[in-house]
Amino acid sequence: MKKFLMNAGVQKIFAALLAILFGLAFGVVILFISSFFISKASYPLDALYTIVTGGLRFSGLKGLGIIMRFMSPILLTGLSVGFAFKTGLFNIGASGQFVIGGFVAAYICIKWTFIPLEYLWIVGILGAVIAGGIVGLISGLLKAYRNVNEVISAIMLNYISMITVSNLVSIIADKNNPSRTSPPLSRIPTLGLDKIFGNNTTDISIFIAILVAILIYIILERTTFGYELKACGYNRNAARYAGINDRLGITLSMTIAGALAGLGGAMVYISSITKVFDSLLTLAPEGFDGISVALLGMSNPLGIIFSAAFIAALKNAGPALSRSGFNEEVVKIMTAVIIYASAFSLIFREKLVQFFTKKGAKK
Amino acid sequence: MEYVIELRNITKVFPGIIANDDITLKVKKGEIHALLGENGAGKSTLMSVLFGLYKPEKGSIYIKGKEAHITNPNDANRYGIGMVHQHFKLVHNFTVLENVILGVETVKNGTLVMAEARRKVLDLSKRYNLFIEPDHLISDISVGMQQRVEILKMLYKNNDILIFDEPTAVLTPQEIDELMKIMKELISEGKTIIFITHKLNEIKAVADRVSILRKGKLIDTVDVASSTKESLSEMMVGRKVLLEVNKTPAEPKEVIMEVSHLSMKSKHHGKDSVNDVSFKVRRGEILCIAGIEGNGQTDLVYGITGLQKLSGGKILYKGVDLATKSIRYRSLNKISHIPEDRHKHGLVLDYNLAENLILQTYFTDKFQKFGFLNFKNIYDHADKMIQRFDIRSGSGSHSVTRSMSGGNQQKAILARELDINPDLLIAVQPTRGLDVGAIEYIHKTLIEQRDAGKAVLLVSLELSEVMSVSDRILVIYEGELVGEVDPTKITQQELGLYMSGSKREKVE
Ligand SMILES: Nc1ncnc2c1ncn2[C@@H]1O[C@H](COP(=O)(O)OP(=O)(O)OP(=O)(O)O)[C@@H](O)[C@H]1O
Ligand SMILES: [Mg+2]
Repeated sequence: MKKFLMNAGVQKIFAALLAILFGLAFGVVILFISSFFISKASYPLDALYTIVTGGLRFSGLKGLGIIMRFMSPILLTGLSVGFAFKTGLFNIGASGQFVIGGFVAAYICIKWTFIPLEYLWIVGILGAVIAGGIVGLISGLLKAYRNVNEVISAIMLNYISMITVSNLVSIIADKNNPSRTSPPLSRIPTLGLDKIFGNNTTDISIFIAILVAILIYIILERTTFGYELKACGYNRNAARYAGINDRLGITLSMTIAGALAGLGGAMVYISSITKVFDSLLTLAPEGFDGISVALLGMSNPLGIIFSAAFIAALKNAGPALSRSGFNEEVVKIMTAVIIYASAFSLIFREKLVQFFTKKGAKK
Repeated sequence: MEYVIELRNITKVFPGIIANDDITLKVKKGEIHALLGENGAGKSTLMSVLFGLYKPEKGSIYIKGKEAHITNPNDANRYGIGMVHQHFKLVHNFTVLENVILGVETVKNGTLVMAEARRKVLDLSKRYNLFIEPDHLISDISVGMQQRVEILKMLYKNNDILIFDEPTAVLTPQEIDELMKIMKELISEGKTIIFITHKLNEIKAVADRVSILRKGKLIDTVDVASSTKESLSEMMVGRKVLLEVNKTPAEPKEVIMEVSHLSMKSKHHGKDSVNDVSFKVRRGEILCIAGIEGNGQTDLVYGITGLQKLSGGKILYKGVDLATKSIRYRSLNKISHIPEDRHKHGLVLDYNLAENLILQTYFTDKFQKFGFLNFKNIYDHADKMIQRFDIRSGSGSHSVTRSMSGGNQQKAILARELDINPDLLIAVQPTRGLDVGAIEYIHKTLIEQRDAGKAVLLVSLELSEVMSVSDRILVIYEGELVGEVDPTKITQQELGLYMSGSKREKVE
């Protein structure tokens, strides 16, 4: 038992769970306080039940489909941030990579009609991966060869990407509404999932995302390539000393991170969620959600699958909460507290170890 | 007799290891009390407990006869305890003065008052001959100077119990002498010092009593005057240790590497840090580059090992010029490098021991197939290395190297670099921070390498090591070779003259 608790992985999971509990407890307090001011409010604990079930008590299977749908893009941006983080880089540029990826995918799925429609979405996805990768590559090259901090270049690229896309909207604009792009002709297929979940936005993107997460896990933890990238991230000097090309490592890390976020973009803009680009673009929130997802998932690709599901569920619970009379912003506050708490996860871990070793010593 | 410090029955457990096992240590007022023990014996841990960094599972601390509850360094400070850590804790982009007052700043109307602090710092510096420049940046001063800043920090806080954790491991012989003088000064003022070191000479020179730890247990506390170096090392290791190096004369064979007209640009100033250096290394010899720290030996090694580009010259290794070759080319062609800075280059501290042990070989068929790591072989290999080099840590091959003791980190690097069976071994300060038992082993290994027809290029600041291990010595001074000497035909004093630049001759 003690050995089990001393395992770093187990500790991390415990710490993440503690962070979540902490956030939920905080949410309950807010619910309690606000229940005094809202006359038609139901019991706070009832509202908590709504939140922890992700609102599924009202929406059921259909809600589950929606959660799966919203989960895939933030799972990918989460992977993007988490992967970069594992290799010692902070990819705050997921937002820009996401938008560029999404736009290229949309462009391909609208314009490249010379490809049969049933395969076109695949080409769209590949285009998104490449385009996102190129945006990441720019930050990577700047960092590796010019020592430009990747955070700064990525923040600037976020705006550059956003403005570029909003200016390019015209080339695939909707005839009836020229400030917006027209919907894609080919989309990520639903393979009957829409029927099962009774919700026409549910498609196979979630499976693609989970497969990619597993792939990234394998690359990081099982391959020599991952070993090299992590060595560059943890200690660039030691990597160089060991004959690893640290510049190439950094460049590739950022490129892969960009490609992941770009893929996330495809999952929104060539999917059955009929979201399109318009010329008044804001920075894509999915990119920043990725940071939260990666933090809560402790940058571990498998952890990120769960944290993406959790955050998607919380998002889904928001609207349902208003049914209990509460303001749906409560969910946002809870999410924020959980993210804060998981940023302090190291402290949680330490306390956990102290707690259990003390118990063990007394016995 | 009352003791200033009494540690009673201290037990501190880390995952997989009892770092301190029921240790009772009593320190008298006004003495220099040395702590001696093998790498990983628990010295740093015990001092961290006293300083409030670790909370022991069992035991109590008495300061000046009263029980003290020390749960953090601020508490320790209140009891007058100060510590100079094995790896310093200074803010590099702050000045000396800013570092000294950090945490004890005088504030008036919400702003810092420096004048008074500056006066006090200068006073202290003068009184103890520390020669400190309060306005220099930490990043610009030498390691020896940084250590004095650490000492001044303790004095500034009026600490009278001073802990030094391996202060001499990073110092040059001259700096060590001066530190010893400063320590004696402090004692004469009634302060008490706990002094951790692996060098028996230093214990003999300054300490009054010495406590010996082995594998977490206190073996004994003895008077230094009535013990010999041999008896101390035997108590510490549990067997007789050979303090002298035994070797036969070298039988140099063909030249394996020829460095000609090598120059390196300095990263700090425009001038060359290595200037037109030429020499040959032969199989079957241990060639030593001796010199006072900062005379270009670091950059010379960077050039040979490929960590930094040459600004001129050639390095012929087995007939091929290395100047444009990669680091990987060197390791594939059997050049090993034990780096000077184990934390900067030698280890990925967040990797575990097994992962660090394959840093040079992870891409070979033994450890990967189609790009996938072969964990069974990796951990088997680690277990073998741990056995062979006696690397001690809490969780064996799974220990994160960051949590390992300094000396055992060094052993891990040695294990990795010797395991590839190099033809040319470049060893920079290979025994820094190692205990006498480990040093004996390393020296024996270096000589075995030589006798097996390999070449060894040793860079060391340790004069006794230079004299006893090497077969031929080249002295480097201000980036130039100023003398080639035979260690059997020269005294340490004479070598010192070359190293300080007072004597020089043309080399080849
Ligand atoms: N934070 C930690 N977590 C886990 N194990 C630790 C930690 N700190 C020390 N240890 C283990 O405790 C043991 C004692 O370490 P310590 O640093 O006290 O040794 P030391 O006597 O100072 O050795 P050295 O002479 O090499 O500095 C070692 O085996 C080390 O691996
Ligand atoms: Mg130590």
